[in-house]
Amino acid sequence: MAGNAQEGRTSRIGNVLIRAAITLSMVATLNFVLFRVIPGDPAALLLGGARMSVSAERIEAQRQNWGLDRPLFPDQILDYLSATLHGDLGYSFKFRGRLVSDLIWERLPATIALVGLAQLIAMLCGVMLGLYAGWRRGGAVDRIAMGASLALYSTPSFWLAMVLVVIFSTALGWFPGYGIYSPGASIGSTDKILDYLRHLALPVAAVALGLIGQYVVVARAAMSDVVTEDYMVTARAKGLTNGQMLMRHAFRNAMLPLVTLITLNLGYVVAGAITVEAVFAWPGIGGLTVEALNARDYPVLQGIFLLLGVSIVVANLLADLAYGILDPRIRQ
Amino acid sequence: MTNLSQDKASLLEVDGLSVEYRLKGVSLRAIDRVSFALQAGEAVGLVGESGSGKTTTAMAIAGLLSPNARVSGGQVRYRGNLLSIDNDAAMRPHRWTETSVVFQGAMNALNPVHRIIKQIAEPCILKLGMSRAEATARAREVLELVGIPTDRGTAYPHELSGGMRQRVMIAMALACRPSIIIGDEPTTALDVITQAQILKLLGKLRSQLNLALILITHDLSVVAESCDRVMIMYAGRIVEDGTVAEIFAKPKHPYTRLLIESIPNPASGIRIIRPIPGDPPNLMNRPSGCAFHPRCPSATGVCTTEVPSLEKFGWGRVACHLHRSSQEGRVAVHA
Repeated sequence: MAGNAQEGRTSRIGNVLIRAAITLSMVATLNFVLFRVIPGDPAALLLGGARMSVSAERIEAQRQNWGLDRPLFPDQILDYLSATLHGDLGYSFKFRGRLVSDLIWERLPATIALVGLAQLIAMLCGVMLGLYAGWRRGGAVDRIAMGASLALYSTPSFWLAMVLVVIFSTALGWFPGYGIYSPGASIGSTDKILDYLRHLALPVAAVALGLIGQYVVVARAAMSDVVTEDYMVTARAKGLTNGQMLMRHAFRNAMLPLVTLITLNLGYVVAGAITVEAVFAWPGIGGLTVEALNARDYPVLQGIFLLLGVSIVVANLLADLAYGILDPRIRQ
Repeated sequence: MTNLSQDKASLLEVDGLSVEYRLKGVSLRAIDRVSFALQAGEAVGLVGESGSGKTTTAMAIAGLLSPNARVSGGQVRYRGNLLSIDNDAAMRPHRWTETSVVFQGAMNALNPVHRIIKQIAEPCILKLGMSRAEATARAREVLELVGIPTDRGTAYPHELSGGMRQRVMIAMALACRPSIIIGDEPTTALDVITQAQILKLLGKLRSQLNLALILITHDLSVVAESCDRVMIMYAGRIVEDGTVAEIFAKPKHPYTRLLIESIPNPASGIRIIRPIPGDPPNLMNRPSGCAFHPRCPSATGVCTTEVPSLEKFGWGRVACHLHRSSQEGRVAVHA
């Protein structure tokens, strides 16, 4: 029996991994196709675009040099896939000669700090608040939290960001309104960290406030479903206190639908927050995306899309595995 | 002496118990002056239609009334001690150690994310202060009592069949050695064969452990198989109370008689089931007098005006104007 269960679990994890691998190869292929169907010839674009007169021979030479004269399928796509597998994402158009992977790598820490921290705060506060609201449905916390959540949920985060800047930066002067470090200040490491954190405060608040409503609403719904379950009546009949009923029987069951939401949202951490990063001039992936779009920097965009695709597939994979651990009904 | 008189006292005494539910500002009387006593080791069936108050009665005894319920009169004593049945916190120590409940449809009554042995052991740890090892040992004991191999303890509820889950539920109810077990339609969701096995198991455990059993059901045939005594409820009141043998042989109340006649009996060769005419009473708008009079084939004028009280009659009790107290020397009129 135990051996069978073990085998069942292994094959389930195997299935999940195979599915993830298939999805990833499709993401990579789509990423390749997407940028090939955009009109315009990269060689002509890079050598000066339509405005300048570059000889057809030079363009043709460049095309040959880059392998663009070869058929898309199978030559070019195989080249692309193989390069991608080796971590080679190509060179940026805008930042001449710079590796796409380097550009993304430089911007990633700022984005992970901003969105990761905001997700963490929104998740902890939102889930706890939502679970409590669902546990004490109709109570004061429930009504206030639900009202506030719906309002925040429907507020665009760039607008929230601007309001925060106006209040806490312009009017009160508590926090800096843009950037990542104070300009020109050459300072020691402790001060530097504090300066970084002060710059981080408002953008994190803007992103977190935009996300928290989602967690409150979903957590509340999950808990409301659990409290009406028969096993909660059993727990009460067994003479458990309200706290024991909540912690031992309600919490884990209510977390099941939340695990999916939480892990999937973690996948979006690397995408950055385009609008909030723009408001605060935050040098993250969101900012890089906007710059690359404006400059038609396709290799960079392609790299960002790939990163996003991979991280979402990985997040899905984690959600699948976490769900299997939490819910015994999924394991077989 | 005190001990002796205590032993003679009933295990459970319910005296004039009335419970009301508050629904959208309206008070709804679910049970009305319910009185009965339960002896140690006795099996009583509580029978009635949906809304007759049988579940409310049982949940009140177990101290599991919902928050919108209010005890508007009467009292419940356990071994002579008054219980504050409408006080959630005050009832908590009594739950599961004195009265435990076997709920219907054990699929949903068991927590899907915990192994069954953990769910059985849980109240032993939390309520009896056992160590984890002691509680697990106790859980194995009760699993054996209900006929589940102890190595199945590591299973999750979804890995067991309906009958097995109901056995787990019974094992769980036994864990803290209660003296009363309330079965709330414990066999309703099961097929006939499993149903018979579960009833047999409950009967065996009752005599083995000297358990008092309150069996809530709408199925008189279930009561016939597994109870000593049966109480028939209608519109929140007990209308008849007697031994199973007596009630099946000579039902006094017309409602009881019609209930028995509506049981399909394959042995008799009659294929037509006779349903009771009319609709179950509306508790929002209770009929005057005897609540059963609009459906009663033998109703007379007095039935529409006067509420019949539950009086001793023969070996049992009945609330019907057709069967006035025998102490008054009147002969029962059977219509």
